[in-house]
Amino acid sequence: MSEQEKTILSISHMKKSFDELEVIRDFSLKVRQGEVVSIIGPSGSGKSTILRCASLLEWMDDGELSYLGEYAAKSEGGKSVYASKAELRRLHRHFGLVFQNFNLFPHYSVLKNITEPVILQGNMDKAEAENKALSLLERLGLKDKADAYPFQLSGGQQQRVSIARALALSPEILFFDEPTSALDPELTGEVLKVIRSLADEKMTMVIVTHEMLFAKELSDRIIFMEKGVVAAEGTPEEVFSTDNVRVREFIGKVSTL
Amino acid sequence: MNLETMVLQLGSGMLVTVEIFVLTLIFSLPLGLLVSFGRMSKNKVVMTISKIYISIMRGTPLMLQLLVVYFGPYYLFRIKIGTGYRMVAVIIGFVLNYAAYFAEIYRSGIESMPVGQYEAARVLGYSSGQTFFRIIFPQVVKRILPPVTNEVITLVKDTSLAFALAVAEMFTMAKQVASAQTTVVPLMAAGLFYYVFNLLVAFCMERLEKSMAYYR
Repeated sequence: MSEQEKTILSISHMKKSFDELEVIRDFSLKVRQGEVVSIIGPSGSGKSTILRCASLLEWMDDGELSYLGEYAAKSEGGKSVYASKAELRRLHRHFGLVFQNFNLFPHYSVLKNITEPVILQGNMDKAEAENKALSLLERLGLKDKADAYPFQLSGGQQQRVSIARALALSPEILFFDEPTSALDPELTGEVLKVIRSLADEKMTMVIVTHEMLFAKELSDRIIFMEKGVVAAEGTPEEVFSTDNVRVREFIGKVSTL
Repeated sequence: MNLETMVLQLGSGMLVTVEIFVLTLIFSLPLGLLVSFGRMSKNKVVMTISKIYISIMRGTPLMLQLLVVYFGPYYLFRIKIGTGYRMVAVIIGFVLNYAAYFAEIYRSGIESMPVGQYEAARVLGYSSGQTFFRIIFPQVVKRILPPVTNEVITLVKDTSLAFALAVAEMFTMAKQVASAQTTVVPLMAAGLFYYVFNLLVAFCMERLEKSMAYYR
């Protein structure tokens, strides 16, 4: 396996229930460096839960999870056994997550939102972190907003700040959990543009989205989830020309909206 | 008694009142935070003890609590108490009582924080201590300032309950002077003092609220 194709994220046989409800029945995924994978499907199909488990916000019931070959969780006797707290904190550095609702820190300026996590991680001093944050903001067209507070920004701008905040930590892989679902259509474009530019730079990404055309244009692979399992998977061409009636129906409905 | 000695006597009472007020806040604000952690604890024993504590402190008169703190050591454990213990008992009583109220205010503030703030901090690598003190607590302070202001204003007036243990605070002095001189002037003066004190408290809290108005 060449350096270019190293596996960043590996999930195998993930299972997750909330109380009695089986949200993920069996899900496996390998994401190689530079790949863009989109996960689509109806609400309640378990798309977001996959990202929440991958980013260690939720614990899987069963299955394995690893980053760059290092295990966060192994399956033992039908149950996921997680690594130590210290080990998991180290693994946190491999991934970033962009939330649907941005979740910026309202009491911090845009700049501090981006720099504080970097400084706390201990790899950079304040000046270095600020330089990095400012160059990221410039790239995302937000340089004049460095001193603003989140409430002064539009939703699209807030989401771009939250992308900058995630990028500042230089993750190997970036997860997007419905990054445009809280935005009105006018603001969706500016966020999609940023994600597109990241794809052009070969950022490894997993995107949960309802933006079908966007997913089709951008992704190397698309996964269609339904009722906790993969209903269809493949290149955008394969998934969009599938014979699976349910998938066709869903794509047709969403695309004509 | 001339006006000068009256003012002097009331003045010394005023100082004691301010002392009770300041000491109570210094100790009950942090203690309240600890109690609120206990109240929200996943440990059932800790949670139940905190809940009972809050329930008793809020459910019985402060004056009774002061008497228990003062006389309790002697009647329960036969420990001799000196007169110096009066003021200590007043502070202990006030701190224990106010911590319970503050605990519930902290809890309401902490529980009102959106879970997304915790999740974002976690994904960004904040430890749980960093998450609480850098992300959650500063926002909680802003949210709970109005109910805390209410509590602090009540505390100014409650200091007069130290009268129950014959601590020479403002109200005790005013009452003494009033009955000795058969005049209501000292009581009126005391009333004015509490009112001005609270105007000052309200002013400071408003300033504090404004200082946190830079974000929403």
